Amino acid sequence: MTIEVRELDTGLDFGRTVPRVPAWLTLPVGVGAAIIIVWVAVAITVSWWAPYEPLATVGTRLTSPTWRHLAGTDALGRDVLTRTLYGTRSSLPIAAIVIAVAVIIGCVVGAVAGMFGGWVDSLLMRLSDITLAFPPILLAMTVTASLGPGLRNALFAMVVVWWPVYARLLRAQVMAVKEQDHVTAATSMGAGQGRILIRHVLPLAMTPILVNATMDFGQVVLLAASLSFIGLGALPPSPEWGSMISEGSVRFYEWWIAAAPGVAILTVVLGFNFLGDGVRDFLDPRTRRR
Amino acid sequence: MARYVVVRVLMMPILLLGLVTVAFVVSRTVPADPLSTVVSERQLGNPVVVQAAEKRWGLDKPLPAQYVIYVRNLLRGDMGTSFRTKQNVRQDLEDRLPVTIELTLAAMAIAVTVGLLLGILAAVRRNSWVDHLARLFALLGSSLPVFWTGLFLLYIFYARLGWFPGPGRLDPRAVAPDKVTGLYTVDALLAGDLGTFWDALQHLALPSFVLGWAVMGIISRLVRASLLEVLNQDYVRTARAKGLTERSVILTHALRNALIPTLTIIGISFAILITGAVLTESIFAWPGIGSYAVDSSRALDFPAIMGVSILGGVIFLVTNLITDMTYVLVDPRIRLS
Repeated sequence: MTIEVRELDTGLDFGRTVPRVPAWLTLPVGVGAAIIIVWVAVAITVSWWAPYEPLATVGTRLTSPTWRHLAGTDALGRDVLTRTLYGTRSSLPIAAIVIAVAVIIGCVVGAVAGMFGGWVDSLLMRLSDITLAFPPILLAMTVTASLGPGLRNALFAMVVVWWPVYARLLRAQVMAVKEQDHVTAATSMGAGQGRILIRHVLPLAMTPILVNATMDFGQVVLLAASLSFIGLGALPPSPEWGSMISEGSVRFYEWWIAAAPGVAILTVVLGFNFLGDGVRDFLDPRTRRR
Repeated sequence: MARYVVVRVLMMPILLLGLVTVAFVVSRTVPADPLSTVVSERQLGNPVVVQAAEKRWGLDKPLPAQYVIYVRNLLRGDMGTSFRTKQNVRQDLEDRLPVTIELTLAAMAIAVTVGLLLGILAAVRRNSWVDHLARLFALLGSSLPVFWTGLFLLYIFYARLGWFPGPGRLDPRAVAPDKVTGLYTVDALLAGDLGTFWDALQHLALPSFVLGWAVMGIISRLVRASLLEVLNQDYVRTARAKGLTERSVILTHALRNALIPTLTIIGISFAILITGAVLTESIFAWPGIGSYAVDSSRALDFPAIMGVSILGGVIFLVTNLITDMTYVLVDPRIRLS
């Protein structure tokens, strides 16, 4: 955490270059990292210090923000701030799982397609074309609606939406890397296809996957919240940002019900966007922003 | 070029068939009982309805035969009957499509205009506070959930300030203009009814801004980046050396070339627009395809959701094709084979 503070300080010295701070570590990247660290810390520790229980009625219903309830209370008298803080416990793990599974599936498909080519490649790529041809939210809605609402099904739907992105990315990378000289050298020394793929191609092909995965984190949080908002994701009464905003949308004049969860979504998405820029510049200095 | 277009157009039906196949596989393999995807829960106990549905969709036949029937029904425009509205899904979609078109067109217009403006400002005043502010504004749009932005703009500008009307397409007491295009603003103008036009335009303002804001960021970011790149080139320096005003250097020399990459992004923005429309419509009680999708999936109205997905996929494919073709037309250096 102390390192974090120093980074922020140097970032504020506009124009002056401090040689010890690497170029990828800009003010937005520092802010993004700080936001994400704070939210992850909240997700892990919230049950130790949260003032109220997320599901309990703890005050008069529909009170606007006061010192006792900083973000007000909802229609059932639950504390909105507490529920928002607990919301990290669904949003962050969901995003992590979706990204992880989509990256794994996408990488396996992309590596196989890029490495072996031929009809396997055509088949897998047409499959990803078709999946990408559906607007993401409609695809997710179709899958969730046929499986029934609930977080687990929404999760599955989002993996279906995201794997082709990584499959295409990795395939393009693998196809470029496998033409490089060191791969030819390895082949001539008798290395098998599998070994070449894992030892010689994948390490060089993973960069854009990591960058995209960081940036997509925020997008998954958004889509998950959207599905819950529609009523296809988290089911009440569990504290989830999308469904909290949905509760707020029927109580139009009690604006505070939706305020805190919206700000939470905004900060998480912004945080991952900023962080993604940093990851990209760190891994690939050529793309550094002007 | 001609050959490329022909190949792409010929590919369309194949991709569409793929789309339909995925939809079919999902509808037949995912739910426990495929019958539940064409007959509503309440009607499942009714033997007459069940038998009729089995005949219509060939559910008593093996899976490949079902697939043929499914595709044939689709070709005839039969997407099944919605559980919720009890209408043919195709009819529902036809009724609602113009509503969504009006919203997305308006949103796109706002996104392109403001996005261009912000992008140019940011590039010209690079690294100044104007640049930072323009970029922050654009970034906020793409990071905020549209359903939340919509809710808050409604609260502030409708409930608090009263500057804009509430949800819906027209004042509740107003009569909709005669249907020609289904776009209220256009229809009102065609009927020469300026009062209704103004009313429809005011109702359109907030939702299309919310939706446009979500896409603005992509456009302004790209305009900024490509303008910065172009501004470094020799011909721009030449233009400046000739003593042209900065305004004319940027607007007539630099911007033209900077706009080319921006065109491609409009296709991608369209995907975000469709996603955004689904949520914006449900906040603003806008009776289009988006709110239809939301209401249908809340009611687990399977035929309706399938219909929306297929329609969405078709729109998506067509826009991608159009974008790719304009790209080739605008930039003569690109030759697609």
